[in-house]
Formats: sequence, structure tokens, C-alpha cells
Amino acid sequence: MIINHPLLGPRDSSEFYHMGDAVLMDRPDPEAENAAEQFHDYAYLRDNPAGEYRELWYHEQGDRSWLVVTRDTLTHEISSVELAREVARAQGRSK
Amino acid sequence: MTKRLDGGLIDRSKPLNFTFNGKKMQGFQGDTLASGLIANGQKIVGRSFKYHRPRGIFTSGSEEPNALVQLRSGAHQEPNTRATVAELFEGLTATSQNHRGSLENDIMGGIDLLSPFLSAGFYYKTFMWPKSFWEKVYEPFIRSSAGLGRLSMEVDPDSYDKGHAHCDVLVIGSGPAGLMAALSAAKSGAEVIFADEDALMGGRLNAETFEVGGQSGSEWAAATVAELSSMSNVRVMNRTTVYGSYDHGIYGALERRTDHLVSSNGKPRQIAWKIYSKRAILCAGATERSIAFGNNDRPGIMLSGSVRTYANRFAVTPGQSVAILTNNDDGWRTAADLHAKGVDLAAVVDTRDTSPLGSFTGASIVTGAAVKDTKGRKGLQNITLTNGQTIQADCLAVAGGWNPNVHLTCHQRGRPTWNEDLSAFVPGGELPPGMIVAGSANGTYGLAGCLAEGRDAANTTVKDLGFTASRTQAPKAEDEASSVTPIWHVPAGKSRCWIDLQNDVSSKDVKLASSEGYRSVELLKRYTTLGMATDQGKTANVLGLAVLAEAQGKSIPETGTTIFRPPYTPVAMGALGGRAVGLDFRPFRLTPSHKWAEENGATFVEAGMWLRAQWYAKTGEQGWRDSVDREVIATRKSVGICDVTTLGKIDIQGKDAAAFLNKVYANAFGKLAAGKVRYGLMLREDGIVMDDGTTACMAENHYVMTTTTANAGPVFRHLDFCRQVLYPDMDVHIISVTDGWAQFAVAGPNARKLLQKVVDEQHDISNEGFPFMACGEISVCGGVPSRLFRISFSGEMAYEIAVPSQYGDDMIRALMSAGEEFDAVPYGTEALGVMRIEKGHAAGNELTGQTSALNLGLGGMVSKNKDCIGKTLSKRPDMNRDDVWNLVGLQPVDKSVPLNAGAHFLEKGAEPNMTNDLGWMTSVAYSPSLGYSIGLGFVKAGSTRKGDVIRAWDAMRKKDVDVEIVSAHFIDPEGERLRA
Repeated sequence: MIINHPLLGPRDSSEFYHMGDAVLMDRPDPEAENAAEQFHDYAYLRDNPAGEYRELWYHEQGDRSWLVVTRDTLTHEISSVELAREVARAQGRSK
Repeated sequence: MTKRLDGGLIDRSKPLNFTFNGKKMQGFQGDTLASGLIANGQKIVGRSFKYHRPRGIFTSGSEEPNALVQLRSGAHQEPNTRATVAELFEGLTATSQNHRGSLENDIMGGIDLLSPFLSAGFYYKTFMWPKSFWEKVYEPFIRSSAGLGRLSMEVDPDSYDKGHAHCDVLVIGSGPAGLMAALSAAKSGAEVIFADEDALMGGRLNAETFEVGGQSGSEWAAATVAELSSMSNVRVMNRTTVYGSYDHGIYGALERRTDHLVSSNGKPRQIAWKIYSKRAILCAGATERSIAFGNNDRPGIMLSGSVRTYANRFAVTPGQSVAILTNNDDGWRTAADLHAKGVDLAAVVDTRDTSPLGSFTGASIVTGAAVKDTKGRKGLQNITLTNGQTIQADCLAVAGGWNPNVHLTCHQRGRPTWNEDLSAFVPGGELPPGMIVAGSANGTYGLAGCLAEGRDAANTTVKDLGFTASRTQAPKAEDEASSVTPIWHVPAGKSRCWIDLQNDVSSKDVKLASSEGYRSVELLKRYTTLGMATDQGKTANVLGLAVLAEAQGKSIPETGTTIFRPPYTPVAMGALGGRAVGLDFRPFRLTPSHKWAEENGATFVEAGMWLRAQWYAKTGEQGWRDSVDREVIATRKSVGICDVTTLGKIDIQGKDAAAFLNKVYANAFGKLAAGKVRYGLMLREDGIVMDDGTTACMAENHYVMTTTTANAGPVFRHLDFCRQVLYPDMDVHIISVTDGWAQFAVAGPNARKLLQKVVDEQHDISNEGFPFMACGEISVCGGVPSRLFRISFSGEMAYEIAVPSQYGDDMIRALMSAGEEFDAVPYGTEALGVMRIEKGHAAGNELTGQTSALNLGLGGMVSKNKDCIGKTLSKRPDMNRDDVWNLVGLQPVDKSVPLNAGAHFLEKGAEPNMTNDLGWMTSVAYSPSLGYSIGLGFVKAGSTRKGDVIRAWDAMRKKDVDVEIVSAHFIDPEGERLRA
């Protein structure tokens, strides 16, 4: 597969480490009332869609950017590649 | 050698000697092994997989199911080589496969008489009972009687490479469509890779007598290849099979560099290419198919187009009296070509009720009939037709129609569709993105059509890429007749009609499978093995499908088709492995003291990605234990030195560095002062321990974290995830400095005295000036910048000293030389391990991905006052029960007995089962300090059970040892030595 890195252009997937579902970005609030339940779901529950899937890739053999890659699991077509940091900020994550 | 025909593309000035089963033979440059064997009158070339039936050469290409031989000898021996694609070279040696005794008189040949009992699925049905016979009787018998070639069992002496290539347009196949596609694309200025599996490019143009642009087809092909080779934007790759289509325009290709030579001469034998293409044009041509009639597998029965190839390209005839069976116009071309070459024709049998397409002196012309059965055990003698006529012939050319080579179109989501006009599957469904198909592979069989379609495909492709299409004209050529009326199967009473020659699958097997309920084509394949093995059913699949459809009274499209996966043809494991063999399997790193360690008798061990000194043997020591015991004792008595460079070192800086450490470590790091080190425990989000290590505060907002050797990479990745994704606005920057610093542990009561000799004297490293868990930037040996950490893994008074890597070798020599007066010893990873077990420190054996902080006795370290990764889930009730495992020390009641790691703990007298399991022994060592074997382990509620005696039960080694639960700190439990 080829991942079109937003900073570096097309790179072979062998340069990357694949971590899986991008829901790992949504770390729950530890102060929430049902934090234990939320963390359980966060740590263990994943969807396995046939179709569009947002997942985290790390350019380990490259510039070490974490990326959010949107890939169709049926065709492997990649429709978008974003810097995970920017996605996280857009979702309101900060410090 | 039998007489050669006139013409052909062989070089008669270059005769080549070769042997088959030891028999001396001769061929010419340009021959394949198959054409060489035919030229020398060799009819039988192998025995079949299951029934040991004599088999001859069936095709002239990579689809060959029968002519599999062992090529070369010794370590170079290569089984299952298709004689039809092995180029002849001087001195080639080949032997036949799968027979006992001689090829002609295989003593296993009698197994064919058992065939009524050996039908499809017979393994499953026959060898069910008695159960105990499977391993001892049935399996060894089946293994020895069925099969293909044998491995040499020696190490492959050849080397293989991997290559990466990029192009705008990849053209796969060099027949008329491929040549026109490559030429048109190249002339538009696109970067082109042009690949074909054959040594001689041109595809069927080299096998036919067509004219192209007023030249012979082969001349035009050669001229076009020459033109392409001269263009700087074209890479012509012959002997290169594009074997797989992968995601995003990536193709796998195998280039055979030296298979056609006597010896590789140290050059890579094959190269596995990864070709990155923007577009691909598949011009893979078509493969001829057979017809199932009685005993259609005898040596001398061959595909019609292949007979033509042998006559036209190789100037040999597989028979002196050739009969032809055809259901289409193409079979008549074989008749015409052979006739023109002066080969005697015995008959032309056309299954269609059609008027003859030619007449040939001496040949019976029969239409509306088929071949029903054949005779000739070791080579065809005669054929019997459905009209009862028997005709003498030593070769039968079978023309069953052509199947487009759709394989690569299926490697992703494509599913071929049935074309009724062609009676064949053509590319269908979703082709791999960026691929278009042209020529026969697309079902376009005529020559003029192929040339035009190749050009048009290229023009469409290059325009799509933003080039201007060239005005290349297709040369003048004619479309030959190719009308077909399919006939698949001619029932032949008791005689078996073979479908898959490689797997000995007959029409009866297919019908049996269907009647037993294996009605889907995928199940048919599993049950009968039709379409498996090295040829993947290239000549058999569609025929098998047609017979299945017939058995079920369905049409072929209703029956469906199996699809294809890579590789198109077999790829040697060696080629996939490339250079990653033996020690080069993966890269490894050497520590800065490696050279010094080699000079001092070190034995090395792989640790993570490193080679580390395991122990340093001295003259007179009887085994590794002697060395390790000595290193431990000398270190605890005076001083020892160990290269600890391999531990991960991560430099962390930024205004939010302390806040960041608070997030990634379970214990608090907010208030660590500059010049201090703290042990840190890192959790995963599920509350399990991920790693541990120390982190030193070098200055405000500047930390150096250490990780375990094995987790250096994963921890770094995790930290990057936390700072980029979870805490994207934190001002924190990290970089791995593992390789930047050579780091040595100096441990033992004399560690300070030794270090004082190398540390520059303005630095106070006294116990008061540089207490336990201090760190600082200093200099050594007269100004070499250095970092000093007062930390201890051994339990002794100890330091770790780091210098820039380029000083590593000097540093170990300086330390050892300064240590001479203290009898300093170097110690390796074994002594390191013994000392950490004596001290009760957890390491990889304890950090298994199952253990929580509480298990390790570090539950109190998980800070209650802050959030951290893993905190919430570490509080789960089940991970905090009173009876969770606790890390404890264990010692044998009888101190002369050694302990075993992996043993499980049981109460005395308890039955060994999962309910009674109390935990397990994680690490053991002989403690030279104590004089007996000691262990660490997890015991249920172990921290409350000090002094209890339990069993360490080891089912694997059949050991059952009474052990006492003790403190994990066997040495210096109060930590006085650390602070000395």
C-alpha cells in the first residue's frame, strides 16, 4: 500500500507502524462519572467495518508523524491522510 | 538427436550438451529443456503425482502441468522445475521425479491399478481408522508414494536480491498487444517498464507464422524490442514474471538473472521486484485448454498451440505422425504449419459439423467426431474416434480453445465473466485500480485486433496521466480465424478422462465430488485438489468447471469460477527472502565496547536489536556458569563493569516535559529536581505495566528517560502518540539518543574509587556530593563530556557513566585500566541477570504484558493525586483482589536442588490442575552470593505468605520441588549498599 503522507508525499506502507482504530484518539475524561466504563470501551471495544475505516498509522521509519488514515477495508482505497495532531486539536484535545 | 525441422529461432551454431537421467543429449542455444528433450526423442519425462502414470510434455510454457523435473544437482538442486520454461545451457543436468526405479519402469506404477479405490477424497474416507495407523502407517506411505520433486536438504548456495522500480506505465506481456502498448506508451514520453516471463520477447509472434508489417512476426517483435531497448524512458525486462497485483499500483515481479547460465558466479540468481506503477496494461495473452477424453494424458498428447510452438520456434516435432483434435479454427493452423514444415499428419479431427478448413496429403480429415480413447502406455500409439475409427499416431495435438490469462485481474476484487461467443472467461468485475487489459488476455484473439488494442490501451493510459498520445500506427496484419464451438468432455466408458494432469483429477472425480455434495466450485477444488499445486490449474480450471456444470445440469456462468491469487507462477522462498538470510535476517547493532569485548573472550547474545556480551570466559573455566559466577562474585566483592548502552535513552525537553512525564508514568514526576534520578513505572491504558526505567532530570525542562532494551522502540512510539495525539498542545519534544551515548554500569564497593580515577577532579562524586539517585553532567579523562547517574540494577553501590558514542571504546579501556588495581571485571548479561534476581528487580520475564503494578509489589507507586495513562483501568476490582499474584522470592527447601523457570506453584499435596494453580516461577538463577538456586515468581497473595512452603511443579521437565516463599530481595534488603 502507499500512504500519501501530508508532509512527505506518497510513502510505502512498510515504513509505517499500524496501530488500528482512530477511536484511540478519544481518550475519555478520567474525571467523568462513568470513567471506568468509558475507559473499558476505549481500551477494548472496536468496530470492524466493511468499508470506510479511520485508523492510526505512525511513520516510524520516517518523520515519526502519527497519521489518521481513512481507508476502505474492502478496496484498500485511501481517501484521506491527516496529521493526527491536527485532527486531535480540531477535536478539542489540548494538554 | 532426431532430425530437426527447418527454420526456427534456435542458434544452430551453438550446440549445447545436457543430460536427462544421466543420458547424454544435445540441443541448441535458444532451446528450452522441453524442446531439447523432444529433439532427443524423449517421450516420458515424469510420473504423475498420484497414480504414477507416465507423462510427457504437455505445453510449451509456464502453464505446464506434467514436465516437472529436478534441475541441477547438489545444493543447487531445484525440484519441480518446468522443463518448458527452463532454458538450455551447456552442461545442464536434469532428472525426472516421483518414481522408484527407472522412469520407464516405475515400481510404483502399479498404484494406477488401485485407482478405483483412490478417487477424490479417498484420504478422508479410507484412512479414518484405526486412528493410530495414521501417523505410523498411512501418512508415511502416502508421503513416500505421492509427491513431486525433492529438496536437496542443503543450504541454498545462491543469493537473491530485492529490487524496487517505479514507472508511469507497466506493460505486462510482450506479445503483439504488449509490444504495441509498450511502443505507444514509450513514444508518448511516459516512463515504461516492459516485462515478459520469456527470455525471448514477442509472445506468440515467435510461435506462429504470422506476418506483421511485411516482416515475419518474430522479426517485427525483435525489431520492436530493440527499438524499445534503445529508448531511455523504457526498461525492458525479459525473464521477468509479473506474478502479483497488489494495492495502489504495486506489482510483484520475479526476474531470473542467472537461471539460464551454468553458474551464478556470485551474482544474484533472482531478483524479486516491487514495481510501483501509476498505470498497468495487462497483455498476458491466453492459455490453450485441453479436452477431456479417454486416456488423454499419454506422452505424446499435447496442446495444439504448443505443438505449433515447438515446430515454428524450436524446429522440432513432438511426433513423426501427428493427429489433431480440435473444436475450433485454431487447430487447423497447427495442421497447416506442420504440413508446411514437412511433418506427416495422420488426421485432423474437428468436433464441429463443419466443412474441412484444409486438406493434407495422407491425413484423414474427420468432422463431427471426436477422439474417444487412446492407446500406448509409454507413448501414444493410436487414437480411437467416436465414429469407431482407429488411427495410428505418435502425437495428438489437442485444440480445445483458448482462455484469456485473467489471473492478475483477479488479484484484488476482479471476478472474471463468461463470454459466450468466446466460450471463455474474460476480465470482469472491479479490476485492480489503474489496470487495463488488452489483446488476448482481454478476449481479443485476432492479431490485427491485438496490435490495435495494445496501442489504444496505451493511448488511453498515457492521456490519463497527462501525456500526449503518440501517433504510433499499428503495423499491417490480419485477424486470423478463431471460431470455436466448445466441447469439453467426451465420455469414454471405463477409461478415465483427465482434467487436471498435475493432480491426477479425472472427470469421474469431478462428478463424484458433485454427487457427494461438493457442489460449489471452491469446494470442488478443496475436495479434488483440482487447480492446485505449481501450475494452479492453468490448463485445467475451465475444463473442470465445464464438467462440474455438466454434472449439475447448469451453465458454466451459473456454476461460477474460482478466482486467482498471487503468485501467477511459483516464486522461490529464497527470492522472497532476498538477502535477509542467516545473520542478515534482520539488522543488529553492536555496542560501543563490542571490539573490546571480542578481544576479551566475550560470548555474545541477541538482546532486542543488539548483540551484547553474555559473559567473558577466562582460560581454565569449564563452562558459562564458571564465568558468570566469577563475574558476580568479583562485582559484589570489588567492582564490575557492564556495557548498558542498549537500554533505550530518550531525551525529553520542553516547558511541559514534567507534566508530560506525569501523564506517561504512573508515579509522580512533577517535583523531580535537577540533578536527580527517579525510577518510573509506565502503564498501558489497560492498567498493565508496559515498561520501567529511570528518568533523570538533567536541568529544568530537560529529562533523559531510560527504557528496557527490548521496549526502546515501542516506548518511543507510545510517547510520540501521547504528545502528538493525546496532548497535542503540550510543549514537549523527544528524540532517541540511545545510539548517541555509550553507557557503562560501574558497580561494586570499589565503584567510586575506580570512577574517581577517570572523572575529572573538579567533579565531586563522593557519597555526600553525589548521593544515591544523583545525576549530573561532568567530564572524564581530561575534558570528555559525560553524564553520570548514580543508579543501580545490581544492588551494589553503582554508577552509570555515559560518554558520546565515539568515545565508547576508549572509555571501556580507560575504565578497565583504572580498575586493574581493584581487580575489576567486565560482566555480561548473564551476571547482570543473576544480580538483578538476587536483588529482586523485575525484568522482561516479569513484565509480560499480564502484570499490574500491584503484581510487582509496586501498587503504591500509582499516584492517587494525578491522572496518568492506565490509572483508571488499573483500579478495576478484579485487578485489586486480595489474592492477586504478588512477586516474591523463592528458594528450595533442599538447597542442593536447582529451580526451574516456568514451574507452576501448588499447595503441598494439591492436584496439579488449573483450579489449584497458585502462579508460576518467572526467573531463576544460581546465586553465587548465596550458594544455591533462587527464583522470582508470582504467587497468589504471595506477599502475605512469607515462610510458607509450596510446590514448584514443572510438568515439562518432570520436576517437583518444595520451595519456600521469601522476600524477593535476597541481597541487601535494606538497600545499605546502594547508599554506601
